[in-house]
Amino acid sequence: MSAAEQALTGVSDIPLALRGPAPVRVVAGFGFWLFLLSDIIIFATLFATYAVLSGATADGPSGVELFDKRHVFLETLCLLASSVTCGFGLLASYRADARATYFWMAMTFLLGLCFLRMEGTEFASMVAAGAGPSHSAFLSAFFTLVGTHGLHVSVGLIWLVIMLLQLATLGFRPLIARRFFCFALFWHALDIVWIGVFTIVYLGAK
Amino acid sequence: MQVQPEGQAPGVDPQEQHGARSYLIGLGYAVALTLASFWAATTSFVYAPAVPVLLAVLAIAQMGVHVAFFLHISTAPDQTNNFLALLFGVFVTALVIFGSMIIMANLNHMMVPMDQLMHMQR
Repeated sequence: MSAAEQALTGVSDIPLALRGPAPVRVVAGFGFWLFLLSDIIIFATLFATYAVLSGATADGPSGVELFDKRHVFLETLCLLASSVTCGFGLLASYRADARATYFWMAMTFLLGLCFLRMEGTEFASMVAAGAGPSHSAFLSAFFTLVGTHGLHVSVGLIWLVIMLLQLATLGFRPLIARRFFCFALFWHALDIVWIGVFTIVYLGAK
Repeated sequence: MQVQPEGQAPGVDPQEQHGARSYLIGLGYAVALTLASFWAATTSFVYAPAVPVLLAVLAIAQMGVHVAFFLHISTAPDQTNNFLALLFGVFVTALVIFGSMIIMANLNHMMVPMDQLMHMQR
């Protein structure tokens, strides 16, 4: 096996103990991956809370009466499409193709904004109908779980804007490439959390 | 001796680093599974008590699709660290969710009924 082939596949005849340290890109990616997993554990606690409290409606409205499946389906599609455009943006940044990176990342931003807007309208209509977070334990758990996900998406959008500004000022250097890469991981992880949200909260509503 | 880099970052797919194919395949699977989930939740075609199980299976399948095609986490030898971290994350997540549900259901079951409790307080 040639050295180039070994570098590409990561498979090597050299024993583990004799190999050099991992490149910064690998270490940064792994560290961010650990952060994402711990973030998912935060969501696990919120899912557990929701699962325990979902029946405690205090004679208020239940999930089936409140949720509109069509609305949730569109939200899901927005987030899924933004995950894919984010992937295309990452691929464009690998090629150091600035125009394609800006285009796909702008698409990601717009789709994420669409998602947040739809979630905002849903929350606002629920609060206006008297089903705010203070009404019952079920609604407190709902707003905490779905709201935390929405908060993550908002932070992701702010991060994306900062990344695009950094790309404009600093250009494609390794530091920026790593940050784009971590952003893509973050964005895909949020989409995975959303699968849990729409399955357990919206489709599993009783 | 030449020094070799060890391991691969999560999210990097060495074979398809310059291709959008993996994302498009993932999108196809994810859309199909999402449609199946929403169909399963609204149809009367599936035996009603089996619907939650079907939804859980579809959701886990879709999470798997996202991990494989978007995050590019695999069991390849250069991804051992990433995969082990993922396994530990899944383990803790399952422990937190199912542990809480079992404990709370048990507490609920053991609790003295409310009317009896009022009687005891008197």
